[in-house]
Amino acid sequence: MMDKQTTSALLYLDGVSVSFDGFKALNELSFIVEPGEMRAIIGPNGAGKTTMMDVITGKTRPDEGDVFFEEGTVDLTKLDETEIATLGIGRKFQKPTVFEMHTVEDNLQLSLKNDRSVRATLFWQSSADQEKRIDDVLDIVRLKHLRQRVAGSLSHGQKQWLEIAMLLAQDPKLLLVDEPVAGMTDVETMQTAELLREINKTKTVVVVEHDMAFVRELGVKVTCLHEGSVLAEGTIDDVSTNDRVVEVYLGR
Amino acid sequence: MMSAHPLIRLLDRGSTLFLILLGAFAIAIPVLNLLMPAGSALHVSTYFVALFGKYVCYGLLALSIDLIWGYVGILSLGHGAFFALGGYAMGMYLMRQIGDRGVYANPILPDFMVFLNWSALPIFWYGFQNFFYAMLMVLLVPGLLAFVFGWFAFRSRVTGVYLSIITQAMTYALLLGFFRNNFGFGGNNGLTDFKDILGFNVQADGTRNALLVISCLMLAICFLICRAIVTSKFGKVLIGIRDAESRTRFLGYRVEAYKLFVFTVSACMAGIAGALYVPQVGIINPGEFAPANSIEAVIWVAVGGRGTLTGAVLGAFVVNYAKTFFTSGVLAPYWLFMLGGLFIGTTLFMPRGIIGTYNNWRANQADKKDAARDNAVPSAPPHAAE
Amino acid sequence: MGKFHDRILAFVCAIGLIVAAAGLAHAGPYEDALEKFTTDEFSDTAEAVTEVATSGSPLAAPLIAALQNGQLQFSAKDKKVFIKTADDKLIDAATGRPAEVAAPDDLDTVRVNNRLRGVIEAANGALTLMAPDPNQRYESAQSVFKSRDAAVLPAVEKALEAEKVARVKTVLNEARAAILLAADDTSAPDRIAAIEIIRARGDQDSLALLQGLPADLPADVRAAANAAVTAIERNLAIWSTVQNLWYGLSLGSVLLLAAIGLAITFGVMGVINMAHGEMVMLGAYTTYVVQDVIRTSYPGLFDFSLAFALPLAFLVAAIVGIIIERTVIRFLYGRPLETLLATWGISLVLMQAVRAVFGPTNKEVGNPSWMSGAFDLGGILITYNRMWIIVFTGIVFVALLAMLRFTRLGLEMRAVTQNRQMAAAVGIRTARIDALTFGLGSGIAGIAGVALSQIDNVSPNLGQGYIIDSFMVVVFGGVGNLWGTLVGALTLGIANKFLEPFAGAVLAKIAILVFIILFIQKRPRGMFALKGRAIEA
Repeated sequence: MMDKQTTSALLYLDGVSVSFDGFKALNELSFIVEPGEMRAIIGPNGAGKTTMMDVITGKTRPDEGDVFFEEGTVDLTKLDETEIATLGIGRKFQKPTVFEMHTVEDNLQLSLKNDRSVRATLFWQSSADQEKRIDDVLDIVRLKHLRQRVAGSLSHGQKQWLEIAMLLAQDPKLLLVDEPVAGMTDVETMQTAELLREINKTKTVVVVEHDMAFVRELGVKVTCLHEGSVLAEGTIDDVSTNDRVVEVYLGR
Repeated sequence: MMSAHPLIRLLDRGSTLFLILLGAFAIAIPVLNLLMPAGSALHVSTYFVALFGKYVCYGLLALSIDLIWGYVGILSLGHGAFFALGGYAMGMYLMRQIGDRGVYANPILPDFMVFLNWSALPIFWYGFQNFFYAMLMVLLVPGLLAFVFGWFAFRSRVTGVYLSIITQAMTYALLLGFFRNNFGFGGNNGLTDFKDILGFNVQADGTRNALLVISCLMLAICFLICRAIVTSKFGKVLIGIRDAESRTRFLGYRVEAYKLFVFTVSACMAGIAGALYVPQVGIINPGEFAPANSIEAVIWVAVGGRGTLTGAVLGAFVVNYAKTFFTSGVLAPYWLFMLGGLFIGTTLFMPRGIIGTYNNWRANQADKKDAARDNAVPSAPPHAAE
Repeated sequence: MGKFHDRILAFVCAIGLIVAAAGLAHAGPYEDALEKFTTDEFSDTAEAVTEVATSGSPLAAPLIAALQNGQLQFSAKDKKVFIKTADDKLIDAATGRPAEVAAPDDLDTVRVNNRLRGVIEAANGALTLMAPDPNQRYESAQSVFKSRDAAVLPAVEKALEAEKVARVKTVLNEARAAILLAADDTSAPDRIAAIEIIRARGDQDSLALLQGLPADLPADVRAAANAAVTAIERNLAIWSTVQNLWYGLSLGSVLLLAAIGLAITFGVMGVINMAHGEMVMLGAYTTYVVQDVIRTSYPGLFDFSLAFALPLAFLVAAIVGIIIERTVIRFLYGRPLETLLATWGISLVLMQAVRAVFGPTNKEVGNPSWMSGAFDLGGILITYNRMWIIVFTGIVFVALLAMLRFTRLGLEMRAVTQNRQMAAAVGIRTARIDALTFGLGSGIAGIAGVALSQIDNVSPNLGQGYIIDSFMVVVFGGVGNLWGTLVGALTLGIANKFLEPFAGAVLAKIAILVFIILFIQKRPRGMFALKGRAIEA
């Protein structure tokens, strides 16, 4: 076990194990993300990618292992989802999850970094500054023209972007993005890659994705998970030529 | 804080219409009852005054259920318990007002306690001779129960049908308890034979009309509170919780705190409804805790249209008017068939309810004209959240 | 005719004489006692009754009976006692034969007062100790044990000598011990021996007897008595625990029976069926109809009525269930709260329909002979209907487990539960499986209704009483797990029965409900919850 203060990493996982009814979803997983980094995570179904996200965001408690945030100062295993979100970890779900009954604007308004207490939202009033923030975020994800649309009526790809926009509005330190380009057209996929690179200029990002073309387009360090632990780590070329990765994941 | 903008937000077209109608009834019925001679065609009978007053209380109960079911997705099958607790608090005040006019003429003890050979008033009956203390209890007792219950339930993330079932178990447990004589609330006879309220005879026409007006007023106030809640950013968070609870959580909202707040507010409103109900019907007994009552109240909301507030009140009026109409005529044996059919038909064929279906139809009309800004509060949740 | 009658009488008397003569070779206590009837003093009569009763003479019983009926007459002059028969003949009480001499002129009836009646009762008790029927002797010995009348002691001892049947002998011994303990003049060793016998008996009466002993006993007797009290109390505590367990098991099996169908529909399919209780009710009414037909047309088959009712109840409830699933529930999959409301509506309709057809009052459903009555097991009483329901519940549970585990239908059901899309992809007709699963759950509720008709009132509201409890059991046990339902039902049943003595039935129920409410909040998925991501989908 590592002492709290000795890592420079933004996100630090060591020896994390989780099992469900005897099935080991995570097996001694160790994984480090440095501040400002963008990391792509690949791996076959059941490799533990989503469970890892669950552990980081407090949805699932690890059976054992350490999960630290911000240079080892915060123990994430002691916090719940709400506290972790408030710390500055934003998460996009595998299946796009936006507030379907709300307009795009309201979705973002709910996401903006503000006091989340009951009293604050009961007596909350919008302000020019807030409107500007919404405009800015909408600019980034190119959804400005849809501001008044009900989110449920957006296309699949637009919902993905709206969810990323909601993450941005939260102004987190770390973005966890689960399969952002699933179901997108090629053009949309390339736009999303560009979008994430843009976001990465100011924030640390972890992307889980199956689409190898997309991962290649991101051009960042890649971690391949298999059976709940790290199989290989390195550049996309290193990993995609790694024998074991080819064997369990990419296929020949 | 309240600028012109939120006021407009508060009073959309439906809400304004609702308040105007409610006001019209609250003025017209007493006027027609008290000022028109009994033989006149325009005379409204005292029976109708009491009946309408009862419907208003049911409307308030339905409103409280809609606030949590329609906007947060919490289906409480135990709201009858909060209603009954509010009713008992009022009933205790009314019992203490009887004084020595009871059958046993005991100035302190209500008749049933004398009958049970009790020598002293139980401590939890202290203070209920004071109207304001009793009214405080009307809010506090249901509110506190809801707070404690909700605190446990929401913190452990009991949701959906599980929550529904344990709310039902809650009211069932209270039902069993209040049936017991030694619980100190009159056993299965409950509290009745009330004489007066604040010095006015509860049977008098004037008092009945006054109670009706007060009920309408409370309904209007609670309606406005609900509107204020659901149109605020808080209300948007509620809908967010209803449609995508974990999204809301991952955005950093403390979901359980939101649920707890609105559940408690809702329980207080149900308590007010019960308190207004008791002097108008003249009795409160453990039957009000029956799980069937709570479910019936839910169907009022479903019929009127959940997530619309006005629909809940409308549903309470429509279903209860139908109940009064059918159970008093030759069709009485068929009423339960109709009520059962209402449960089935509403869920199958009209899940949005009357107002929801109307709103939806109007929104479609508006969409055809132009796809302009539609700021209406969404009427019904999608079928499967997440 | 008259001659013939006389001859018979003479013959009978001759036999009686021979029999009597065998016992009367010498003037015994019986003859001595007879004289006391002639003094016309109540106290003498009382003594005489006791002595006669304990004399062991075969003439004693008719004599006491005659006294009781006011047919015993005496002559103070002759110091003779006669039994006056219904036709005004006199029988010499000493010999049992018709009186040879003419009736004395001072003949009078032996008078009886209230105190004497008591003595006569006791004497009768002592006499029945010798009755030919062992059951009668057993009962009689038991009543002597309870009365502890010292006067009966000689009779008890006589009976003991003659007794051959072991269980009667045991009770006679206990009765003797009880009398000895209650008597003032018993020696210390005899008392200790008596205490041991009472201790071996070990029931509530024994405890009362020992606790009622006077305080001024010799130290060693006192010690033996105290030891016996402790031993009996411990023994009784064990039996009362066993009794509670049994009642709890019985209640638990009823809960399980009511809940097991729900465990299928709610647990396996995730459908929340508020009309489940009404399926139970339909099963109970099916039983009523079957019995009604049998009573009017084939009364001889009544003991087999449940055998006809079971398959019919299953079919009726299963068909109603399938109709409900096909017409309502299948449109509401994935909308549990709406399903809840719609099925509540169905339950209202079903209840009202039954009320319209059969009327709102309770219907009489009889127990077949093999389900009525009870037997003792150690210190507890076991009724046959409760016992058979427990057995029946076990059979249903095992059969259901086996069905899910070993049949094609069971396999397909489990497949659909675990992964609907995949099941559909491998060619399982999921809609058909949904309907059958729902039919199965409802059918089991129907046969639960057959069992419950044996112990509960059959009325349209029958199901309402079970629905909340059933949900509690399923939720407490863990949804989707039949074993959880089993453990849940038994736990709740037993907990309820153990709480009842302290809290009363209603408070016990409230306590259980509150406990479950708290428990669900601690473990929202029940005791045996499936863990993992799959259930949150």
